[in-house]
Amino acid sequence: MRERIVGLLRRLGASVVDRVWRLGFAARFFGLILLYSGPSLRRFFLTVREIYFTGVLSLVIILVSGIFVGMVLGLQGYDTLQRYGSSEALGVLVALSLVRELGPVVAALLFASRAGSAITAEIGLMKATEQLSAMEMMAVNPIARVVAPRFWAGVISMPILAALFSAMGVFGGYLVGVKLIGVDPGAFWSQMQASVDVTEDILNGVIKSVVFGIIISWIAVFEGYDAEPTAEGVSGATTRTVVTSSLAVLASDFILTALMFRGG
Amino acid sequence: MSAEPLVQLTDVSFAYDRRPILAGVNMVIPRGKVVAIMGVSGGGKTTTLRLIGGQIKASAGEVRVAGKNIASLDRDGLYDMRRRMGMLFQFGALFTDLSVFENVAFQIREHTDLDQETITDLVMMKLNAVGLRGVADLMPSELSGGMARRVALARAVALDPMLIMYDEPFAGLDPISLSVIGDLIRNLNDALGASSIIVTHDVQESLKIVDYVYFVSGGRVVAEGTPADIRKSDNEFVHQFVWGEADGPVPFHYPATAYTEDIGAEACHA
Repeated sequence: MRERIVGLLRRLGASVVDRVWRLGFAARFFGLILLYSGPSLRRFFLTVREIYFTGVLSLVIILVSGIFVGMVLGLQGYDTLQRYGSSEALGVLVALSLVRELGPVVAALLFASRAGSAITAEIGLMKATEQLSAMEMMAVNPIARVVAPRFWAGVISMPILAALFSAMGVFGGYLVGVKLIGVDPGAFWSQMQASVDVTEDILNGVIKSVVFGIIISWIAVFEGYDAEPTAEGVSGATTRTVVTSSLAVLASDFILTALMFRGG
Repeated sequence: MSAEPLVQLTDVSFAYDRRPILAGVNMVIPRGKVVAIMGVSGGGKTTTLRLIGGQIKASAGEVRVAGKNIASLDRDGLYDMRRRMGMLFQFGALFTDLSVFENVAFQIREHTDLDQETITDLVMMKLNAVGLRGVADLMPSELSGGMARRVALARAVALDPMLIMYDEPFAGLDPISLSVIGDLIRNLNDALGASSIIVTHDVQESLKIVDYVYFVSGGRVVAEGTPADIRKSDNEFVHQFVWGEADGPVPFHYPATAYTEDIGAEACHA
């Protein structure tokens, strides 16, 4: 019995130590990305190419999801607001929900699943097929050539995708609220315009999406670079990217919300 | 020609964690020669290449390339050295997101400021040397295994290196491709005035093209000599390896407990 407990504690300790080591590696890797970002960003076409793969190719899922989330908000929001006789405030509810919360968060979760997993799989497979070693042997730094452009592409794409998600969401809310249910369009737009603050609401939403972009891109490139060079290793790393970055996005969203919106 | 060898390993040892891979290895790769390192899988052949390329550092001993101790080079020094090396990986390691042309042009673009016209000329010359000018616009996924290996060879010699390293260049090739790659290794080495190191299992093909052979087993050099010496060698390991015998110094069975114990024969007896 005693041996079993000791064994359990030992495994638990080893697992904790292993995770702390990995966190240290990830932090060091983040430092290296920043260190080699200069040479990488000087050849900006590398980042532009990755923006196409991570950002542009994520557009469909972001836009379609945005419009549906906005339509659902329109329906649910109208149902609640009309009980209190304030269905004209539907535009405000839809817009604030999207720019402050749902836009950055849902776009980030979709981005992690669509682009984050693709980045991890691509870098992991490059490692498994010795492409990264080949690059090293050609005196080309893979962090500057492969990792940094993908990282910055994610950081740049994320706020743009979140903004597009919110815009499509507002349009979806308009379709349902104004066109389908019959809320007055003047009230819908004017109340939205009057209540949504550029700094308090929109800028804070943008800051959130930039932070989410950094978190997801960092996790995605690290998991790919650190993946075991086997089919199983790459598949595990891809799963970890989606799970870890989704949890990290939700946890950091709470922290950012607590810091930004203090009930003012 | 300088009498100093291009690559020299002196009493080199290396271990992964605590598992010894190489123990006191001595090798000399003279300039202009093609040298093969042969031995069983897991014997430390690829590790030797990685030590020469500076991807890992020896735990003891010294690896010198072109007169410089690889372990003492900083990152810039190592990258300067690698610009003068070419390496062919086991399955080519072509960049799958770049065309054949861009794969061969990769190093030229990264390390020189040449204009597009000159780069095109250089790439076409290299592709012509391996007989694949006609596939310049294809993607690596559209090539056969042998063609991918030849493209990787063109990429490895893109900057006319002084040292070319080949990691299992013959693995998984049909007899025609095998012979083509063998001839290319020899011809490119001589045309470029380079030195080549081939890590391989393929005894017959290698002995046709190399100048010298090292046999590595258990992390040590167990035999060495010219192809003629190797063919007539009475060393048991070399004999087993050259003639492909199932049993010998390299046993057929991996060390295990007694067979009778594993199949429960003793219990049945009792």
